[in-house]
Formats: sequence, structure tokens, C-alpha cells
Amino acid sequence: MKDYLTGNATVESVPVASSKDVVQARQVVRNLAQRGGLSLVHQTKLVTAASELARNMVVYGGGGVVRAAEVNGPQGVGVFVEFRDDGPGIRDVEQALTDGWSSGRGMGLGLSGAQRLVNEFDIQTGPDGTTVTIVKWNR
Amino acid sequence: MAPEENTQLLIETLTSHREEFLAQWGAIVGEALQGRLSVAEMRRELGELYEAILQAIAAGGLDADGEAYGETRSLLIELSRNRARQGFTPTETATSVFALKAVLEPALTGEEHGTRTYLQFAKLLDGLALLTTEAYVRTREEIIASQAEQLLELSTPVVQLWKGVVGVPLVGTLDSARTQVVMEKLLQTLVDTDSTHAIIDITGVPTVDTQVAQHLLKTVVAARMMGAQCTISGIRPQIAQTIVALGIQFGDIQTNASLADALRQAVREVAKDAEDDVRGLL
Repeated sequence: MKDYLTGNATVESVPVASSKDVVQARQVVRNLAQRGGLSLVHQTKLVTAASELARNMVVYGGGGVVRAAEVNGPQGVGVFVEFRDDGPGIRDVEQALTDGWSSGRGMGLGLSGAQRLVNEFDIQTGPDGTTVTIVKWNR
Repeated sequence: MAPEENTQLLIETLTSHREEFLAQWGAIVGEALQGRLSVAEMRRELGELYEAILQAIAAGGLDADGEAYGETRSLLIELSRNRARQGFTPTETATSVFALKAVLEPALTGEEHGTRTYLQFAKLLDGLALLTTEAYVRTREEIIASQAEQLLELSTPVVQLWKGVVGVPLVGTLDSARTQVVMEKLLQTLVDTDSTHAIIDITGVPTVDTQVAQHLLKTVVAARMMGAQCTISGIRPQIAQTIVALGIQFGDIQTNASLADALRQAVREVAKDAEDDVRGLL
């Protein structure tokens, strides 16, 4: 995915280590979405996706960092969010993105659902960690 | 100069100038605390502390972590806890301890080897002041934890909305700890009020993600096992669209946009049940 963070003045960073931090990350993303003028439905979808991905970092990645920023593209304004952890990585990304499949005790909808809630979605994963990036455009 | 001589000098100085030092110490601390603590109480605290430190030096030297400082440490922790509850800053509390340095400085630096003794005494007080800060932080954390617990209790009321209908207005985030509280309260209230209908209202829940949904579903299943009909109300348009996009299936669980609708429906069903009961009897 395009590098949206370099040189972006609106970048906000939240370390996420526990479920309390997930709430904090959600609030940061919600504030950015509100400031960017995203509609209520888009805001809610983005915040929900961020909640899923941030929680995945806590549960499967041993915590990480969420960085979010307001971005501008051909489609107008949007919000970019990056979730980076140093966890063991996702062994089979295709399987992880299958509805109903979970390596834990969740519903198995977090990752695949988050993908459906945003406009752009990217996963880079390896034994050194996982980075998920998403963009939600206001359109 | 041997460490014992330093200790000896300290003990002698602290003993011979006791009244004078305590008065000075009290004056400095009193000024810093600016009347937020009664002078008598403050003087009593400082007096006890002074004696404890003096005894500890005599018994075990100058190691703040040493066994001899057990009483001093517990006095300091108690002092720090009280100050934390009274709303003093950790700096103000630590400064009360540091102030004793200033008191001793003129008396010690005049003596032979006094400077060295003073430095060692200062190091001891540094250790003791750090202890008050640690205790302060711990006390505040305890206060915060107990408040969070109270909030958890406060924010999950289960109320009887109608005869046979109980409501759970959820506000905020729904994590597993809260779900547990909500579930227990709901099930107990169902029994206590002899209710057959439960309405969980999520108008005040800003984000419904898979975890929240999973917790809601669990609560509904538990209520159903008790023989109650369970409705989830307060599903706003943006939440409905998000739940659909996430792919969460609420199955045959009844949902409503507003609490009013859910209540109307529940009351109707309760009335119908009552009618059937009467008919059955006749």
C-alpha cells in the first residue's frame, strides 16, 4: 500500500498492549474520522474495523502500535490506519481471511469482517510480525 | 574514617539536637503543606519518624532497605498513603522527608568528617523519600482500581420495565468482565422479578465489533436457558450496516431499532401469555 504516513502532519500513534488500549486506539481513530468529516456510517465501519484489528494485535500479536492519519486521495478525504505488531505472524493469511475461521476463541469474523468494512486493506506478515494497513474513504 | 564513626556522629547529632531539629523540620514541612494538615498531626508524624530513623541508624546503619528500617518504612508508607488520600502531590510528600536534610546540613558540615556523614545521611533520606513516592503511586492505583470496579457496578443496571419485563441499558464498552457482571445481574433479576422477557438495549454502546457481539449472544443464550425471551434493542442504522458488513449472524434473536418498540412488543407478549394462562384455567 502507498506510504501515507511519511510527511503527514496528522499522524497519531497509540501503543496497544491490553484491551484498555484498544479502547484508546478506537477513540483516536474515531476523532480522526470525525475531523476528516466522514459520514456516521463510514465512521462506525472504520472504528469497528480498527477495533477488530487492534484487538487481534493484543490477542495474537502480543501487542503493537497503531498509527493513524487523515489522508487525501483522488476520492477525497479518508483515514489511514496501520497496525504493526512483532508477534509470530499469520501462518496462512488466506485461511485467516476466511469467514468463521479462528485460531483462537473468537467468531472468526474479525479479520475478514474488517476487510469488508474498509476500502483498502493490506496484510504483510512474517515470523517477525504482522502489519495490517487500512484506508476508509468518505464516499 | 570508618562507617561506624559516621553513624556515631549522626546518632550524637540527632540525639543532642532533637528538639531543635524537630522544630526546624516541622517549620519547613508546615510551610510547604500550607495548613492543609493540622500542625499537631504533622508534628506527631514527624516526631515518630524522627525516633524511628534514629533507632534504625543506631541498630542497623544507613541502608534504607535494611532490616533495621522496617518500622521507618511502615511509618513512611502510612504517611504517604494518608497524604495520597488527602490529595497531596507525591512531590509534597517526598519533600517532607527531604526537608530533614536541610535541617541537618548546618550542624553536620561544621564537624570534622561532617560532610561525608551528611552525604551518607542524604543518601539514606533519598532512599526513604523514594519509598514514599512508590507507596503514593500504589495507593493511587488502588484508588483507581476500586473506582473502576465501582463504575463497572454502577454502569450495568438491570431494571424492571414492566411486570414480567426487565431491561438492561448498556452504556460504553462491553468487555468480558462487564459481560459477566451484566449476565449475572440479568439472570438474577429474571428470577427475582419472575420475568419472562429481557430487553438488552445497546443504544449507548458506540462500537459493536465481533467481541461485543459474541458477548451479547452469550448473554442472550443464557437468558433463554432460563426460559426468558431476549430482545436486543437500540440498533442504530450505522450499527446495523456494520454488523451486516462484519458478517455477524444474530440468527433468530429478536432485534429492534428502539427500546420503545421492544418494550411494546414484550408487553404485548406478556399480556397474551397472561390471557392464555387464564383460558387454560377455565
